Amino acid sequence: MSEVVIRTEKVTRILSGEVPVTLVRDVDVEIKRSEFVVISGPSGSGKSSLLYLLGLLDTPTSGKIWLMGQDTSSFDEDQLADVRLSKIGFVFQFHFLLPEFSALENVMLPMRRLNKLPESEVEDRARSLLVDLGLEKQLNNLPKQLSGGQSQRVAIARALANDPSIILADEPTGNLDTASSKNVEGILRELSEKHGRAVMVVTHEARLAENADRTIRIVDGRVQA
Amino acid sequence: MRLLVGIALKHLLFRKRQSLVSLLGIVLGVAFFLAIAALMQGSEKDFITRLVDNAPHITMSDEYRTPRKQPVEEVFPRAALELRNVQPLTETRGIRGYEQILSDLHRTPGTRAAAVLTGQALVSYAGRDFSVVLNGMNPEEIKGITTIENYMKQGSIDDLIIDPDGIVIGTELAKRLSLQMGDNITIVASTGQVRTFKILGLFRTGRSDYDERQTYVSLKRVQALLNRPNRANSIIIKLDDPNDAYQVAEQLEERYLYKSVSWQEASEDLLSTLTIRNIIMYTVVSTVLIVAAFGIYNVISTVVMEKHRDIAILKSMGFHGRDVQRIFLGEGLILGLLGCVMGIPLGAAIMAGLMQIRFNPPGASEPVNMPMDWSWPQFAIAAAFAIGAATVASLLPARKAARVKPVDILRGGT
Repeated sequence: MSEVVIRTEKVTRILSGEVPVTLVRDVDVEIKRSEFVVISGPSGSGKSSLLYLLGLLDTPTSGKIWLMGQDTSSFDEDQLADVRLSKIGFVFQFHFLLPEFSALENVMLPMRRLNKLPESEVEDRARSLLVDLGLEKQLNNLPKQLSGGQSQRVAIARALANDPSIILADEPTGNLDTASSKNVEGILRELSEKHGRAVMVVTHEARLAENADRTIRIVDGRVQA
Repeated sequence: MRLLVGIALKHLLFRKRQSLVSLLGIVLGVAFFLAIAALMQGSEKDFITRLVDNAPHITMSDEYRTPRKQPVEEVFPRAALELRNVQPLTETRGIRGYEQILSDLHRTPGTRAAAVLTGQALVSYAGRDFSVVLNGMNPEEIKGITTIENYMKQGSIDDLIIDPDGIVIGTELAKRLSLQMGDNITIVASTGQVRTFKILGLFRTGRSDYDERQTYVSLKRVQALLNRPNRANSIIIKLDDPNDAYQVAEQLEERYLYKSVSWQEASEDLLSTLTIRNIIMYTVVSTVLIVAAFGIYNVISTVVMEKHRDIAILKSMGFHGRDVQRIFLGEGLILGLLGCVMGIPLGAAIMAGLMQIRFNPPGASEPVNMPMDWSWPQFAIAAAFAIGAATVASLLPARKAARVKPVDILRGGT
């Protein structure tokens, strides 16, 4: 049986305010290693909110999230950041690369922060990730010198920098042309199939959902059976 | 830490123009802070040096700070008695046994002392009377204590050793009386005694009142003229370390009972004025750096606002809040450090330029250079203030950056 990397129990997230807004309610999900899971649903249904909760970017109002068997409910900000750094890789709809840094430097950043590899190895690994994603000619380009597809591939390389067990992608192809979308889809699929990572993708794209191992459909913040 | 400094540097270099403007603010702030503080401190030190060098460090006078206790008060310390209008034991004023005190002081290491008897006298000339002050002293003692020898234009105080019937007067008095070296001058003392002295020296301090009224004569002659044999009305003292004057004056007063005033006590009001002046000066020059710090605050606040999305990404990657805070604090610190590195040489250049300016201060006979304090504390204060101001200016936006919640920004999309 495959190892469960993320498990949630009755996770609810309510935004407080004059009129409280429920983003997700009583969500129970389980994601296993090598699984390629798509989270789908209409706009505003709570797909991205669930992804942020699973990625420990947000904390649930109630319920629990286990990551690699560890209950994260008692973690403080720094512990959550440490888990994100070493175990989770994020890819967003907009690449969100740091504009002052070259493609290579953007990929090196998480490794430098983790500080487990010597600087030369950090650079070698970043270079190799970018080359694997077909960006050998864009290593030293600044984000403004990259196309949308290239930027998104740099963002994927950055997400993979610290060799995380989980990749969370929020509409990774939402801002790309068809060719680039297919390319990114292929890379994400390969990450789960060949590299054994759990990949969760929030998307509207039907094609991506068709190719997924499993689809979790969210409507009004609840998982639909 | 290298990573965080690297990110801070990238941020600054990416906004070259904004960074340069705020850097320029710090550079100019440091330079002017340094130049003005050094000028003010230099003038203060120059003033104190003149004060300390030109005047005795301690003046013991023939007065008592508190009236001497009468024997009856010492025998019955708790008695209900009140003594009024106690007549002095002797009618001749002056320090009794001054020679003994002087010889004690001469034996004390690091101390030089001279007895002085000062009294009023009149000089009559062409039907007009001029009031002068007679300073009776021993020339060999006085030389190490006052700077009068430095102001001699003709002759020397030493000439009074060879000819005790000589007198040294100021050039202003000589001018008013149309006198020259070697001329005779007739002095009428307050006792009515008249004596003629030969002018053996002329001094010019630059202070016209002093040069017109002060005269130097042998102590023995003044004692005779004022009818105060074996008396001196003050003992002036110089110490190797002028800073000890306050304590030494207290000890002397305790030992000899005569009022002993240190230069610090005599100039207390001036020194407190200098302290107030320093507070005002540092407040004014600090304003320059505070304005520059606002420039840094402005730049870093703008960067933080513009970088909300990047901060969110860094935090989603796994950077801690304090990492983000350090990045922006680092930006302020880098600007502060660079401001110091560039501002201190510029300040030193301004200081060197100001030092070239020569001017005639009131009462001075020769032009002097602008006094400048080149001591390291001036540089340290300027550097510390610049770095401190830059750090404080960046602290607020840095803390704001640390509190950014990535999810709030990511929900907002671009």
